Amino acid sequence: MKSCLIVDDSKVIRKVARHILETLQFQVAEAVDGEEALTMCANDNPDVILLDWNMPVMSGMEFLRAYRASPIQDGAKVIFCTTENGIAHIQAAIDAGADEYVMKPFDRETLENKLQIVGCL
Amino acid sequence: MSAHDTRMHKQLAELLRKHSGQQLMANRHWRVDMALKPILRRHSIPDLNMLGDLLAGDSDADLARECVEAMINNETCFYRDQANFALLTGPVLDSMWEKRSNTKRLRIWSAACSTGQEPYSLAMHFASNPEKWAGWNIHIHATDISTSALAQARNGRYSQFEIQRGLPVMLMLKHFDQHETEWQLKEPIRRAVTFAKHNLLDAAQGAGVYDLILCRNMLMYLCDDNRKQVLGNLATALTRDGMLMLGAAETVIGQTDRFAASQEFRGFYEQALSR
Repeated sequence: MKSCLIVDDSKVIRKVARHILETLQFQVAEAVDGEEALTMCANDNPDVILLDWNMPVMSGMEFLRAYRASPIQDGAKVIFCTTENGIAHIQAAIDAGADEYVMKPFDRETLENKLQIVGCL
Repeated sequence: MSAHDTRMHKQLAELLRKHSGQQLMANRHWRVDMALKPILRRHSIPDLNMLGDLLAGDSDADLARECVEAMINNETCFYRDQANFALLTGPVLDSMWEKRSNTKRLRIWSAACSTGQEPYSLAMHFASNPEKWAGWNIHIHATDISTSALAQARNGRYSQFEIQRGLPVMLMLKHFDQHETEWQLKEPIRRAVTFAKHNLLDAAQGAGVYDLILCRNMLMYLCDDNRKQVLGNLATALTRDGMLMLGAAETVIGQTDRFAASQEFRGFYEQALSR
């Protein structure tokens, strides 16, 4: 069973994403910001990380840069999932090491497609 | 469901069959009802029953065309059915490359292309492999019965929802420009595809023209006789050693004697006479 860490400060988004991922047979964990996500990844690296951009304490971009520079990362795929839908943000996320990008709002099929594209389905 | 609803759906089914050859199955009634609601609003028609009455006389050809367009299922996405599409862009096109390496000429028909994501996915694939296809003359022709779907396909402009269905972000960044909430396909990929309106029940232009035909998730909407006719038309349009690709849930088995399942590639079909 593949594992996914959802990193989002919105309880609603975490709940919706968890529901979709669990129906796709993922083992799901949740973090409310980048700092908590880094701690969780240090203990147990997921196969894929679904990452929001704007969060308190540590943003998605700060998390991604720290994660990609850190020895804790173990090839996890990172999919940004955010309302930052401008092309400059998307390019910046890819340059920082994101593997895919989901523009909110999203549905099950979009998320499923993106998980297939990064090889997690 | 009232008798009036049943009569109205029968009228709509007959309209769809007459103009497109497609069947309106009972399990699509709710979808069709939803699709027709914008037409009711646009023409200030109070309800679907009144629409049925207006269509019954066959006097308003424009309204009838508008309803047919709305009832046709335009569901599609980039790189639809990723595993099957990977088979197409991998081993199947490799095989085509070998078969046509003497002429370096490849003709592809995306039949029932809807809003264009399928032919553009192919065009992006060729653009991503310039060394392999250097010097090749590749023509991707795409057809659909829906005027509005073709208009969007020709424009190559997609909503945020459409753009992220199946399209890897790297290809989106490479081949599209953002215009507020929409994404515009860049000119080189748009130029790689030609579009035309075509009803698959009508004979295709030219016999033995296409090396590869994609006709995915359309046959399922046809009755047996129309399915057989469409498969006959596709067989006529295909080269002797060409390949037909159907949707993941579709088959030619029991539908026609013109095609046989490929022994090499699951979901692909060859001219029966080439065996």
